[in-house]
Amino acid sequence: MNALTMPIADGWTIARRNTLKIRRSPDLLGSAIMFPIVFVLMFAYVFGSVIDVPGMSYREFLLPGIFVQAVIMSAQITGYTLTLDLQKGIFDRFRSLPMAPSGVLIGQTVSDLLMNLASLVVMAVMGLIVGWRVHTSPYEAVLGFGLLLLFAYAFSWFTAAVALALRTPESFNNIATMLSFPLMFISNAFLDSSALPTPLRVVAEWNPVSTITQAVRDLFGNTSTAMKTSDAWPLHHAIPAALLWIAVILVVFIPLATRLYKKAVSA
Amino acid sequence: MSDAITAEGLVKRYGEVTALDGLSFAVPQGTVLALLGPNGAGKTTTVRVLTTLLRPDGGRATVAGCDVVGDARRLRSSIGLSGQYAAVDEHLTGAENLEMIGRLYHLGARRSKARARELLERFDLTDAADRPVKGYSGGMRRRIDLAGALVADPPVLFLDEPTTGLDPRARAALWDAISELVAAGSTLLLTTQYMEEADHLADQIMVVDHGRAIARGTADELKDQIGGNRIELTVTDAAELETARQTLARFAVGAVRTVPESLQITAPVTDGPESLRQVLGLLADAGVRVRDAGLRRPTLDDVYLTLTGHQASGTDPQAREAAR
Ligand SMILES: Nc1ncnc2c1ncn2[C@@H]1O[C@H](COP(=O)(O)OP(=O)(O)OP(=O)(O)O)[C@@H](O)[C@H]1O
Ligand SMILES: [Mg+2]
Repeated sequence: MNALTMPIADGWTIARRNTLKIRRSPDLLGSAIMFPIVFVLMFAYVFGSVIDVPGMSYREFLLPGIFVQAVIMSAQITGYTLTLDLQKGIFDRFRSLPMAPSGVLIGQTVSDLLMNLASLVVMAVMGLIVGWRVHTSPYEAVLGFGLLLLFAYAFSWFTAAVALALRTPESFNNIATMLSFPLMFISNAFLDSSALPTPLRVVAEWNPVSTITQAVRDLFGNTSTAMKTSDAWPLHHAIPAALLWIAVILVVFIPLATRLYKKAVSA
Repeated sequence: MSDAITAEGLVKRYGEVTALDGLSFAVPQGTVLALLGPNGAGKTTTVRVLTTLLRPDGGRATVAGCDVVGDARRLRSSIGLSGQYAAVDEHLTGAENLEMIGRLYHLGARRSKARARELLERFDLTDAADRPVKGYSGGMRRRIDLAGALVADPPVLFLDEPTTGLDPRARAALWDAISELVAAGSTLLLTTQYMEEADHLADQIMVVDHGRAIARGTADELKDQIGGNRIELTVTDAAELETARQTLARFAVGAVRTVPESLQITAPVTDGPESLRQVLGLLADAGVRVRDAGLRRPTLDDVYLTLTGHQASGTDPQAREAAR
């Protein structure tokens, strides 16, 4: 095994271990699958009955936002399990084995990706049931799902870095909640952000969650010409902006998480 | 015969605490070294440095010819480790844990699977093999962790207090497994609190305290080092303890140790049989009723208490004996 295949093989072994773990933990599995279902139903029927978006059904508008939000919610679960692992001895075991050290985080992020894929499938089916549709070509639809998974993968490196910096489940939970709520709600995921008061509107327009959501809406055709489009560059050019965000997250957080991992386990 | 493990002047500090204070030793290939020492002596720290989990602040060490700092990755493919606290995944079954370890040693899927079953059998865990480790008892966890150290049949093994928490049967099984491995050429460094274990398994014993080696040798050498035979007396009445102690003290060549709870007195002597005869005569004259009297070789317990007691307080009479 050489320097290139070893991290991949070891990462796959760790990813298998993580998925087994998730399968064995009904609470984790429950939150990963149940949250998106509850959110689709709650927003579609509760908020959907009062929120109006011009020129289209709220459910069509909503689903891309839910897809992005689910990525952020599931990251909270996997980040939490990473901090739990840190408190046990399992990383000592990994470090005494001739595996590629990078395999641990590769495995973590790959198993995150698999979990996101599963919840995306559940949500898409739920969406179709409540009336969400893709209005573009199959090619663009695939790109839409691909973009979501790419974002999910990048976001789990960010999550890993946060978890490895904080190290304890308690502090991770606190920070994760504090970070994720504004990230999800000061955005266009659930609302038409152009209707927000100016300072919030600016934050929402530059929020990466809005960019990704907008890009996915563009790719699925969940947009309406009747809606006032934002002039902000990241929303106007949502697809390249989303790719840029993803690239930036990967470039910053892969090396950072790797460094934090080394520090966290050798302490 | 070459050395499988070498350590030269290892130093490790944790802030104010010096956990390793210039520790040096070598373990020839195919032999067993036992580290003995009180809590906080630096045993676990030594194991962690040698298994690349900790970087030493000073000194050099090699395992299987690989430097612990410069050649860590290659080193890891030659070692098996079972740390003081079990490092297994709670959510995985016993079999899945061992299989994962096999894959991470790059044994391949099929061999990992077969090896896992083999080890589960050897450690008497077949019944629990497909249950998550979460539901294992303390001793079962210990065993699955030990099995993890053996997955790749590594040439050098590190076991940190391997039999703590094991029942007698599991301990005997582990001792057998270790003896077999060593007979097949493996090298072992183990730490233990059980003198019996060191006596049974180790070729060499190193007593460590405050991060330094305070004695080393074979079990017999260590026993010789702290003097010859011991006279051990048990009296019938607590009131007679002091008379007996004074009598024995006249023949003692070192500290007289009294255990009031069991009415026992022990002291090292020269010319054991003659001393014992005279002591018993004198006690009979004094009207002390002796329930039990005997002559015995020092045990490793004596060695351990004598040596580490010496470190704890320099004015202890036992210490002067040890220093001689
Ligand atoms: N992570 C750490 N941070 C600070 N001090 C530490 C740390 N690990 C060990 N020490 C200190 O280093 C010294 C040696 O510890 P070590 O764990 O090696 O002892 P030990 O011989 O294994 O003891 P025991 O028999 O209790 O397992 C102790 O004084 C301990 O307090
Ligand atoms: Mg220890």
